[in-house]
This record gives sequence, structure tokens and C-alpha cells, in this order.
Amino acid sequence: MSIILKDISYIYMAKTPYEKIAIKNINIEIKQGEFVGIIGHTGSGKSTLLQHLNGLLKPTMGQVTVEGQDINSKDEAALHGKQRVGMVFQYPEHQLFEETVYEDIAFGPRNMGMEEAEVERRVKKAMEFVGLEHEQFANRSPLQLSGGQMRRVAIAGVIALEPAYLILDEPSAGLDPRGRDEIFGQIIKLYENTDITVVLVSHNMEDIARMANRLIVMNDGQISLDGSPADIFRDCQSQLKKAGVDVPPLTLLMNKFNQRGLTVDESVVSMDAAIDSVLTAVRRR
Amino acid sequence: MLADIMLGQYFPGSSIIHQLDPRTKIISTILFISSVFLAESYEAYAVVSGFIAIILALAGIPLIMILRSLKPLWFIIILTLFIHIFTTPGTVLYSMGIFTVTQEGLRQGIMMSLRLIFLIIVSSVLTFTTSPVTLTDGLERLLRPFKKLGLPAHELAMMMTIALRFIPTLLEETDRIMKAQMARGADFTSGNIVRRARNMIPLLIPLFISAFRRADELAIAMEARCYRGGDYRTRMKELKIKAKDWIAYGILLLLIGTLVAVRFIENKTF
Repeated sequence: MSIILKDISYIYMAKTPYEKIAIKNINIEIKQGEFVGIIGHTGSGKSTLLQHLNGLLKPTMGQVTVEGQDINSKDEAALHGKQRVGMVFQYPEHQLFEETVYEDIAFGPRNMGMEEAEVERRVKKAMEFVGLEHEQFANRSPLQLSGGQMRRVAIAGVIALEPAYLILDEPSAGLDPRGRDEIFGQIIKLYENTDITVVLVSHNMEDIARMANRLIVMNDGQISLDGSPADIFRDCQSQLKKAGVDVPPLTLLMNKFNQRGLTVDESVVSMDAAIDSVLTAVRRR
Repeated sequence: MLADIMLGQYFPGSSIIHQLDPRTKIISTILFISSVFLAESYEAYAVVSGFIAIILALAGIPLIMILRSLKPLWFIIILTLFIHIFTTPGTVLYSMGIFTVTQEGLRQGIMMSLRLIFLIIVSSVLTFTTSPVTLTDGLERLLRPFKKLGLPAHELAMMMTIALRFIPTLLEETDRIMKAQMARGADFTSGNIVRRARNMIPLLIPLFISAFRRADELAIAMEARCYRGGDYRTRMKELKIKAKDWIAYGILLLLIGTLVAVRFIENKTF
């Protein structure tokens, strides 16, 4: 069970003077249960790649299959394949339009032709997942909420589709640190409590290092690195620099310790592990 | 799909037409459009077509761009053609049921559609050869005399500049919201017209909200830079009428003179 991208290339405005190759020869498999972080500088093709995962863009060349089903074919099964993949765009709160929070979250499930009872169950569950009290928020206008709350409503609107794969494009952009922590906390909770697969695009290496168990680095329309965050931070710092991506501050700090002669583990991604590593090293001396 | 819209598109270049003062181009366009209505004979149409061909050649605009600018209005052109062909009374050429084709209708239809095509081509040449900023500058200068009558010339021009500036931004925004709603199962392409209109709601409401938000932000940004309308405002590039502008006017008057003469001769021979 996975999403497979085979030899994907996409060209914007093909056959015009403005022709631009956005991504070329991408081959990846996103397996069920993974938490994939995608990182890359602006214009590296991240967003283009994401839009291929649920058929919003049709590849110029190549094939996308979701659980074995080619999602760009024209039959009913292709639609079903697309519905397995939920997509949260950048600034998703800009898509809110209904009069109440409840109605907006119900938009997706109703489009899928659910019974009203099932719609209600899904809305309640989705609101719970993003930490919005049903009683308190269901009947309020989504446009009168705070920025962080609006974004959670928008994310709930996608979660209510109950996708097997959840794709998030910069879900924390424009939020303050508290809003960011809340959003990420809920994504982690969702990932741990269900068997959902998460694909997360972010500029912030620290966030990805903390959450993802697989890291894909994009550069110039191609995949330049693919592996576990710990391995990549330890072994591939020069490639990261070439791709225009920063290593997380924690890895930088551990680097500095090593340069000054204190032997610590550079592949740690969490604060606690780093503290442990430093303490052991100091005690050993 | 959205990228096909050619509204107000500027085609950069340095041809003699590009170099003309925007006021010259605006006035000439208006004069030319009115003079097209003087043409009523095949000879006169030949003169006008020749003139347009020369302008297009001078401006160096690829033919494909001109054809694309005609694309959105094909329907109206065809409709005009058929209405005239079928409704003008005269010598019957062919008849089937309620439809009768007359010689006069055919002639009238072709001429009316040609007029429409001329109008579109000439106004496209104006926007192809004049950047939006220059165009609104010219418009502002032309409207300035009416300021005494209470016409807010500068404000109108500024509104036009802003509108033109935000067309691509809003198109991009539309594309983004459309994709987001499609990812939630919205359908913008199937169903009958009522259903399709209803399905547009999830697109239109967010679009309006974001347009208002942008307008608000822009207003604040402008005020923060002390924008206060057109009074006492000076500009870096002052518009100047040069010799070539007078020559352009001369050529245009020559064309109008020819058209009047052609018409006069025709009326005499009838």
C-alpha cells in the first residue's frame, strides 16, 4: 500500500517561450505509515511535486499510482484513488467559505456523497483531532476566528475526508510559535493515533527533523537526498548546503562540540537525546 | 486555462508605434474606431484593412497574438454575422423554412463582423504597444481638463492601474483556491448551468474575501507612504508630444479624408 511516482516530469507552459521544467525524472515511493518531510529552497519543485500526489497536476511524463491505481486514468477507480489522498495547501484558511465551521468541514464529506449521520460523525471527529471544541465552535462563522483557529478549521476540512495519506504544504507558515506548536502537536497526535501517512513540506528544518522519519531534499526539480533525517544530517551536510538548505540548529551545535574536541553523537534530532549525548561525553572525560 | 486570457496584455518592443505618446495612441484609436463607421463600400474596407495591416507590420506584433486577442469574441462576431444574414430584407438568394439569405444581408453581415474585428484589433494594438502604466498616465492627462467639472481624473487612472496590476495576482489566487476546493471534492466542470453556478460559490466567496483583504492592505501600505491623491504630485517621466506624434495625427487625418472622399464619390454615383 503506497503512493508510487514513476519517472515523473512536469513542464510549465510547455511549447511557449515561457517553458520551464519544474520537476524531472522523479521516482519515489511513499509507503503507508511513513512520516515524510520534504524540504528544499524556493522554486526547487516541492509544491509541483505535491500537486502530483493527488492528481491536481497531471505529469507531462510518467505515472502516479495510489495503492496500485493510476490516478490520472479516466475511470471511477482513479477518482477513488485521489480521494485516498488529502491535501492541505499553503494558507488553507483562504479557502474557507461556509457560514459556520460545521458546514465548512462538512463540505468535503458531502461532496463524497456521505449520509448526513456519517458527515456529522466525521466532522465531530475531525474537530476533535484539531482541538476545536464542537459545542463551542460548530456554529460560529469561520471568518471570525483567529488565524490559528481558521487554519485548524481548514485542516479539519481535509481530515474529515478521512484520507489514508495526508499532505501538508507549509502548515505553519505565518503562524506565531504557539500556533505553530499547536498545529504540529495535532499532526503528531493524528499520526500516532491513526494509521495515516503524512507528507509534510516545510522550510523549517528543525520541525522536519523532530517529526519526520524520512527526509527528502529537493534541489533544482530533482531529489538530491532521501533517507532518515539522522543519517542525512550526519553524513550529507555538504549536499544539504548545495541544495540551499540549512542543517537544524541542534546539529550545528553538536558539530561545534565535535570540532572543539568533545565527541558527541551528531545524528541526534531531539533536545533530550542531545542533552544525554553531551552529558555522557562530559562524564567520559 | 486561465493563462489564455489576453486582457490588457503588453507586448514589449521598441517600434515606432511603441514610441508614440500614449495620448496620441488613445485619441487615434478613438478617431480610427469612429472612422470605421464611415466605410460602407468594398473600396473603403480595402483602405481600412490596408491601413491596419501597415500598423500591425510597424508595431511588429506576431499575427498569432492578434488572433488570440480575437478568440474570446469569436462567438459575438459569428452571431453578428448570422443575425445580419438572416434578418436583412432584400433580394433573396436562398431560402429554407424561416431562414432566408438575402444579398443585402450577406453584404451587411460580412461588413458588420469586419467592423467588429477591426475594433478589436485596433484596441488590442493599443494595449499591446502601450504598457499599462503609460496607458493610464496618458488617460490621466487626457481627463485632466475635466477635473474642473469635478471628474476625479487622477483617482480614476490610479484605480485602473491597480486593477490591471492585480489581474495576474487574482488569476493565480483563483487557480489556488480552485485546486484546494477540488482536493475537497468540489466539481467546477460538470452539471447544467444552474448547478455549475452553485458550484462556483466555494470559489467566489474566498476570492472576494481575499480581494477585499488585499484592497485593505494596499490602502494601508499606500497611506503609510503618504499617498494622498493627485494634487501637487510630480512625475519622473513627463509626457511630451513629439514630431512623430504630429506625423501620426497627419496620417490618420489622411485616412479619414480618404474615407470621407470615397463615401462622397459613392453617394454621387448612386
